[in-house]
Amino acid sequence: MGFYFAQLLTGLANASSLFLIASGLSIIFGVTRIVNFAHGSFYMVGAYLAYTLVTTLNAGIFGFWFSVIAAALIVGVVGLLIELTILRRIYRAPELFQLVATFGVVLIFQDGTLAIWGAEDLLGPRAPGLDRAVRIMGEPIPEYDLALICIGPAVLLGIWLLFHKTRWGVLVRAATQDREMVAALGVNQAWLFSAAFVLGAFLAGLGGALQIPREAASLQMDLSIIGEAFVVVVIGGMGSVTGAFVAAVLISVLNAFAILIFPQISIVLPFIVMAVVLIVRPYGLFGKPGSEHGGTEEPDQPLRLMSNQASMILFAAVAMLALSPVVVAEFTTILLVDVMVATLFAVSLHFMMGIGGMVSFGHAAYFGVGAYAAALSVKLLGFSMIPAMIFGPIAAAAAALFFGWFCVRLSGVYLAMLTMAAAQILWGVTFQWQDFTGGDDGILGVWPAKWASSDQVYFYIAFVLCIGGIWFLRRVAHSPFGYTLRGIRDSKTRAEAIGVDTKFHQWMGFTLAGALAGLAGVIFAFSKGSVFPDSLGIAQSIDGLIMVLLGGIHALAGPIFGAVAFVMIEDWVTRLEYWRFIFGGIILVVVLLAPDGIAGGVQRLLRAVMPTKKGDAA
Amino acid sequence: MSPVLSVRNLAKSFGGIKAVQDVNFDVGKGEFLALIGPNGAGKTTCFNMLNGYLKPNTGSVKLNGKELLGTPPRKIWRLGVGRTFQITETFLSMTVLENIQMALISYHRRVFDLFSRATRLYVDEAMALLDLVNMSEQAQRACSELAYGDLKRLELAIALAHEPALLLMDEPTAGMAPSERIALMALTAEIVEREGVSVVFTEHDMDVVFAHSHRILVLNRGELIAEGTGEEIRANATVQEVYLGGGTLFEEELAHA
Repeated sequence: MGFYFAQLLTGLANASSLFLIASGLSIIFGVTRIVNFAHGSFYMVGAYLAYTLVTTLNAGIFGFWFSVIAAALIVGVVGLLIELTILRRIYRAPELFQLVATFGVVLIFQDGTLAIWGAEDLLGPRAPGLDRAVRIMGEPIPEYDLALICIGPAVLLGIWLLFHKTRWGVLVRAATQDREMVAALGVNQAWLFSAAFVLGAFLAGLGGALQIPREAASLQMDLSIIGEAFVVVVIGGMGSVTGAFVAAVLISVLNAFAILIFPQISIVLPFIVMAVVLIVRPYGLFGKPGSEHGGTEEPDQPLRLMSNQASMILFAAVAMLALSPVVVAEFTTILLVDVMVATLFAVSLHFMMGIGGMVSFGHAAYFGVGAYAAALSVKLLGFSMIPAMIFGPIAAAAAALFFGWFCVRLSGVYLAMLTMAAAQILWGVTFQWQDFTGGDDGILGVWPAKWASSDQVYFYIAFVLCIGGIWFLRRVAHSPFGYTLRGIRDSKTRAEAIGVDTKFHQWMGFTLAGALAGLAGVIFAFSKGSVFPDSLGIAQSIDGLIMVLLGGIHALAGPIFGAVAFVMIEDWVTRLEYWRFIFGGIILVVVLLAPDGIAGGVQRLLRAVMPTKKGDAA
Repeated sequence: MSPVLSVRNLAKSFGGIKAVQDVNFDVGKGEFLALIGPNGAGKTTCFNMLNGYLKPNTGSVKLNGKELLGTPPRKIWRLGVGRTFQITETFLSMTVLENIQMALISYHRRVFDLFSRATRLYVDEAMALLDLVNMSEQAQRACSELAYGDLKRLELAIALAHEPALLLMDEPTAGMAPSERIALMALTAEIVEREGVSVVFTEHDMDVVFAHSHRILVLNRGELIAEGTGEEIRANATVQEVYLGGGTLFEEELAHA
């Protein structure tokens, strides 16, 4: 009995730090509608700062708590700077575009932290005055855990008082419900957004700082916490702080007990809980239907068929690509295959997000399933390359058919989060199921057939499949099927009122996008000769998301620009030291220069250049 | 002649509130029927039961003898009911013409066609529908650029795309300038007469109601309290009582009409 009680207390202590980071994330989303990927970075920096302050001051109980608060405050100031210099400039960009900027910040923080604190994990001292364990029902419980258990609810109370007893708090709650109305009432939104962002960053920094006596500060802290923090926010309901608290307790306590029965489950448990909650309550435990949408957005422009000029440029580009293996060096050929695979992946994601209006944070699931299905069919079923290449996309379509059925029941950010849960569950299973998938070691020796084994021949296989896939999706975008998907995105009510079965149609769109992502995965697997769990990991999903958003979600050419730029730049910068810093910087520059994505930026550039040309001719 | 739409014993309550109770009426072919009543009378509830968005507690709604209740909105549409919304619902990222083409594509059951060019399908039919509402010149404009009155006309053309037997129009002139209201309803009446469609509409603007409807139903507190032509309704003492409790505003409205 005592043991289980101790387990419960550990769960509650974990819940406190999870709550701190998640509440900040929830407040930021509620007010600004920014999905802040940099929140994990705030948490990490909070921990490192607290470590430095605590060890430098070395001044007992007072020094410890002073350091924790000071670290959190510094993180708050850092958050303010980010909000003022970057995010404030792009609030008018398409929904979710700000996410790209926060991802750039993540990269910069990773290398910044590495440069300042080094690669070693830093384990802080125990909290002075709370450094022993007390015996409760015969089990030793660290005093510090008990302190954390109190801090969580105390912070919740503090936020509650702030939100219900101050004018500012009322405005925050009002903005969470209806941003436009608050703006219409003459509230200075810029100031409100900054303040919410600072508060969120402060809470994340506090969560990180408080972890110091329990866990070493490490460079992996940011991404390891962010997934779980999102889960907590979504389960609680976007924008609900109370919801975040309940969800944090739910996840942490469930986890504390589940690992006793089935230790491997802790990786996927939060995502399973989230999936179940979202299926039962589509807006989370405390969320309200209205809270999923941001401000009104400019509608897309109607799709136009390409002009002759544009077709010719495109044709020339494809022809050049087709001829490239003859001219360029071998490693460039391999890089070009990577570019084509990424482009097909991005185009399939854009089909879902841009055309179908279904944002996915877990599109890598289908890329990975395609890759693994092909690899496993080679290894276990003895398939040769061509049958495996056919099997992969079918398996990916089947997975998309299964998860899509649940996902299309939701919308907006909740749908996105459910796709992420699906991907994380698949990733967890792949990672843990050593006997079948090889776990972390992956599956090796997935090589193309003999006739296709030279880099040049494989380039042409990839060329035909990728360009074919991209062409197909473009064709579908202009077809009645694609138009209907866009129609549903524009107005579900109208689509239903002209006889469209909206859910079924979206489900089919989801599946089609999954199948094509699977095709990209298959080509990828054979080009590398191996597959690893990374291929369906969250980083791969985010890469796709960045390609689509950075390229420009409102244009069919957007994902192509985005993917080509992303892979080329990544290939170039990863050779450099502190490449994340540089890559993050480049992303931020693009974001600030072209808030409508690269495609939008190129269009504006052309429009700026074209009239002068005409003028010259006349 | 058998009615196009026949509504029998329609009732709906929300908790203890009886929003609609025991409503019965028929709509004949080519009839232009107005459903009026003060705010909270149950017009919208009634309407949402006709178009499948709300499930009644009891009753039956038959379109040419086929039961509509329990049928989802998209199937009601397929049975031959077109509709427009109080706040327009259109595909804003498409052109005016494409909006109509979408309705035609769905009508011809081609939404799962993966290879045709959507913009090349049913162009002539779509243009003919735009002609009906005098919008053919705006065919290539982006729907998001249209004035509100034009959006209303576009919705009317969309609603006519599958040659419906019945049009349901929920406050068709809400949010429009007075002169636009009359013009839109005159246009609707003209089209309806030519095409032989029946119309049920709800409306707050009495000018519109009296000018065009063949018959008027008056709802109050969920019950039908009067039914008749414009003349009859104007003369009806109960209606005057309900609307304004004997106030003067109604007199003015009458003077206008």
